[in-house]
Amino acid sequence: MVQIHNTTEPALQGLAGGPLKESRLAQLWRDIKKSKHYYFMMSPYMIIFFLFTVIPVVVSFGLSFFYFNMLETPRFIGWENYSRLLLGDDVFMIALKNTFLFAVITGPLSYIACFLFAWLINELSPFVRSLMTLVFYAPSISGNVFFIWLIVFSGDSYGYLNGFLMKIGVLLEPIIWLQNEKYILPIIIIVQLWLSLGTSFLAFIAGLQTVDQTLFEAGAMDGIRNRWQELWFITLPSMRPQLMFGAVMQITASFAVAEVSIALAGFPSVNYAGHTVVTHLMDYGTLRFEMGYASAIATILFAIMLGTNMMTQKLLRKVGE
Amino acid sequence: MTLYSRVIGALRPQKRLNRSFAVSFMLFGLLLGFGAFMVLPLIYAVNNAFKPLDELFIFPPRFLVRNPTLENFTDLMVIMGNSWVPFTRYIANTLLITLVGTAGHILLASAAAYPLAKFKFPGSSILFKIVVLSLMFSPHVTAIPNYLVMSQLGWINTQAAIIVPSLAFSLGLFLMKQFMEQIPDALIEAAKIDGANEYRVFWQIVMPNVKPAWLTLMILQFPALWGTDGGSFIYSENLKTLHYALSQVIQGGIARAGVGAAVALLLMTVPILLFIISQSSVIQTMATSGMKE
Repeated sequence: MVQIHNTTEPALQGLAGGPLKESRLAQLWRDIKKSKHYYFMMSPYMIIFFLFTVIPVVVSFGLSFFYFNMLETPRFIGWENYSRLLLGDDVFMIALKNTFLFAVITGPLSYIACFLFAWLINELSPFVRSLMTLVFYAPSISGNVFFIWLIVFSGDSYGYLNGFLMKIGVLLEPIIWLQNEKYILPIIIIVQLWLSLGTSFLAFIAGLQTVDQTLFEAGAMDGIRNRWQELWFITLPSMRPQLMFGAVMQITASFAVAEVSIALAGFPSVNYAGHTVVTHLMDYGTLRFEMGYASAIATILFAIMLGTNMMTQKLLRKVGE
Repeated sequence: MTLYSRVIGALRPQKRLNRSFAVSFMLFGLLLGFGAFMVLPLIYAVNNAFKPLDELFIFPPRFLVRNPTLENFTDLMVIMGNSWVPFTRYIANTLLITLVGTAGHILLASAAAYPLAKFKFPGSSILFKIVVLSLMFSPHVTAIPNYLVMSQLGWINTQAAIIVPSLAFSLGLFLMKQFMEQIPDALIEAAKIDGANEYRVFWQIVMPNVKPAWLTLMILQFPALWGTDGGSFIYSENLKTLHYALSQVIQGGIARAGVGAAVALLLMTVPILLFIISQSSVIQTMATSGMKE
């Protein structure tokens, strides 16, 4: 009935001119009134979500055009924050370089690791499968236990790595791993990878279990010869929705490296070797109180994260074609 | 089935066509190798918590504990009992944040997800799109305006500053909505015909049917809140969290190394135990976590 209503009405009112808009609005209002219970149920979540997620993004974008130090009223300065950030801030360039390095290395590696391990685990018997799931997932939920790695990379001979390398005779003297610019970045990458099998890993395990098993038999009949062909032509296309979700989770996490860097290399790290966009943001936002400038950093980070996600999703649509 | 036969059964891959044994062997070697990399630091953390002081500083360092002792835990109680904020206070603060934050999040996210999953109404698709979009950036991006909002509301230095924003975590709504889409429409319609209103349908029909999903939200939300240090919002000593206490103990230096290990064990055990309990529900929920193109 609604269908007929929709197709006939525009023709009639097109002749009359004005009332078209009004009646659509009236219908919208009717729909809204009819769904008032739904709005009511969503309101607590949505109010908090808008207050602490949506509005802050908009405010952050707005603030990035101001000079604001929390004490004086904000002063409009146009693009000055951005030009200072992109042209005059050497430390930001280091942070940007490090962040991209993290994203380019830990992003794809952790994504592939999530899938590869999920795929291997999937072939195990149920009991061992859940045991291995726990083994791989546990680091990401064990909270801040990553400081265990401080002991591994500790700078004296009590450090596990130093102790081991000295024992087998590779080193004569301990290396101060976390104070040496050369090693800080690789160490943070290793620890970040250790932590990175999280939500997307679980999504992949679950996705693999829902792949239609008859597809594999059909595939074997159609001439799929080995597990790699099976993977590319059947498994991956079947779980494309989970792959998309996983990509969003991993990309977002790999651009937001900060806690691990601060815990292992200190804040700021030696010569900013472990500095990232997020630690730069913390520096200006929580230590120097240059809120406008920090907001410009946040806006750039936001744009990078969103852009990369969109690009990756486009790429993922080609999987299995 | 005995553990032994289970393990052997696991090494024999499921009956599938097109499998070469050599490649299977290599791939499972890879899995075991990386599995060790993942789990060894955690085993080390567990062992450390039970090491007496002389074993903690032995050279060369030893991985496993020789003479396990509970000394570190009793020391922890003594040290913390003497400080002017009792240790139990930190635990109580963390429990309050975690329990209220987790339960509230499950409730609010479910209430918001139900209409989005089951009905079409003005604004529903755009609201869901905004939630999906917000999955694509980390909370760091909004940290500064968040602080401004908090200070306007007068919530700085209260636990609300940590609890309230965590109630509307976008991943929770996303997973809940995807899971709720599986509930048959007929079930909801039948309840309505029997005279139940929207709220009753939600509470008595939908919620019991999405139990795996709320266990999943629990396992995602709990560790995040359990491990929070509340750093940028909470300043007074008697509101601080367990994680904060841990970082203070560690700063105590060498003499506190054992106690630090004990707190670390305390922090990591709870989320891991929760995951073990809810594992199958979590996997079930994650199966619906896909994003449509």
